[in-house]
Amino acid sequence: MVLPHLTSSALGAGLGLKPQHYEDAYAVAQHGLWFEVHPENYMVDGGPRLAWLETIRSRHPLSLHGVSLSLAADKEPDAAHLQRLKTLIERVEPALVSEHLAWSAWRDQYHPDLLPFPRTQEALSRVCANIGRTQDTLGRRMAIENPTHYLTIPGHDWSETDFLSEVVRRTGCGLLVDINNVFVSAHNLTIDPMSYLDAIAADAVMEIHLAGHSADADGMLLIDSHDAAINEGVWSLYQYLIDRIGPRPVLIERDDKVPQFPILLDERRRAQSVLDGASVGVAA
Amino acid sequence: MTPSLASFQDAFVDALYGRAPHDSRVAAMAAQPGFAVYRNTVFQGCVDALEANFPAVMRLVGKEWFRAAAAEYAAQSPPTQTQLLHYGNTFPDFLAAFEPAESLPYLPGVARLDYFWVEAHSALDEAHVTVGDLAAASPQELERARLRVHPAARWRWFAHEPAYTIWRANREGVDVPADLVWEGEGALLARPSSKVVWQPISIGACAFLDACADGCDLESAANQALGREPGMDLGHCVSSLLMAGAIAQVEKRPPMA
Repeated sequence: MVLPHLTSSALGAGLGLKPQHYEDAYAVAQHGLWFEVHPENYMVDGGPRLAWLETIRSRHPLSLHGVSLSLAADKEPDAAHLQRLKTLIERVEPALVSEHLAWSAWRDQYHPDLLPFPRTQEALSRVCANIGRTQDTLGRRMAIENPTHYLTIPGHDWSETDFLSEVVRRTGCGLLVDINNVFVSAHNLTIDPMSYLDAIAADAVMEIHLAGHSADADGMLLIDSHDAAINEGVWSLYQYLIDRIGPRPVLIERDDKVPQFPILLDERRRAQSVLDGASVGVAA
Repeated sequence: MTPSLASFQDAFVDALYGRAPHDSRVAAMAAQPGFAVYRNTVFQGCVDALEANFPAVMRLVGKEWFRAAAAEYAAQSPPTQTQLLHYGNTFPDFLAAFEPAESLPYLPGVARLDYFWVEAHSALDEAHVTVGDLAAASPQELERARLRVHPAARWRWFAHEPAYTIWRANREGVDVPADLVWEGEGALLARPSSKVVWQPISIGACAFLDACADGCDLESAANQALGREPGMDLGHCVSSLLMAGAIAQVEKRPPMA
């Protein structure tokens, strides 16, 4: 078996790609840099958006990070959506493909969020069947991202990390560990983020996400808002995870109050330096 | 027996949209402050998508009015597809029936043109026919030829109000001209290269494009155009459509036996 982190060894620290940064992204050259997009934004027949993605792909590795496959909905993934995803994959040949442990499309409506569910036996079977079908259709392994939590959900049969490990075991998929989601959920649900990270199966981790968050109006809940610089607590958890599992492709998400490109590059350099430090450690 | 995942999801959607959830697990979740985060994110996602797709409408009515109208639309017509890039195809119709917009009869037309931009921007890439291509064909060939409309071309005749002039000013971020004449107008949006471009077109040119899109040959399309606008300069009309990039192909057909 080829270890997942070796198959994508060229990927260091990447950035979420925003349309206002297309020209900067095309021009920049940095060791380990790659870009990630939501495939839903590029599932179009043609036009300048898709042309830009192909242009940037000609210079940089790319990752497709889906938000609407709705793997945890109690139905099969939408066949037309899967086909569009497959077409886009063939077009841009991404280094990584990922989705969320969540649902959003249900009974012919799309609710644009990553919605939670009780981790029951039934949900486990459904999620595994949906991931299996997706991987079979796409002909490749995908990474599944841990969700952000704002609620105590009654009726879980599984802890989230055990649920994810079982999904990995049954489907052969990998994991995308979103450290900001772990940080935010740990705050909102009063759990220990380090214990959560300790329980993640190291070999399964194909990608890591870092992002900023903010507090809600009452200051009680943290919100996974992607509208701020990465918090120091998230940086520490990132270092903690890399120390344990070694370097993996890491991505910085920024979707609101998007700063100038050089500011994102500075954050990226910091993320890359953690990977570079860990590589030296592994080599020694 | 534990209620199913499907019943959980039905109840969760009910709770999102303010209906009573028939599932005790969802009821327990909806009672927590964190449930508002999901409700906000879902509606914010819809409203943001509409704001991105209808910039001229928003400039006309202001952000607050727009977001209130968009939230009402999102509650009535949640997205049915996962690509929010295309959300809002029925928003112009919603605005036409929206009571607070009654005094703005041009608003649905402006919204329609905003949505035409969205469609033109993401349409299939295809070359377009130039005036030179058409000049190379003989008149006999042309009579029975069909002009295939470019996949990015969108056009409409607005019979009752200058929707195009109002849209254009708001799309370009300038004032509506002081000498605006209150009469019907036509608009054409196309994408001859990487940018969506727009221009006014006459009622006859709209009829001509309608006929081409219906598969009529050039002679029949010309007759339909002249039927709507008897005095029109057909040659000028066709060359301006070609220059706009509205025609993808001249489909020549053999002469009739």
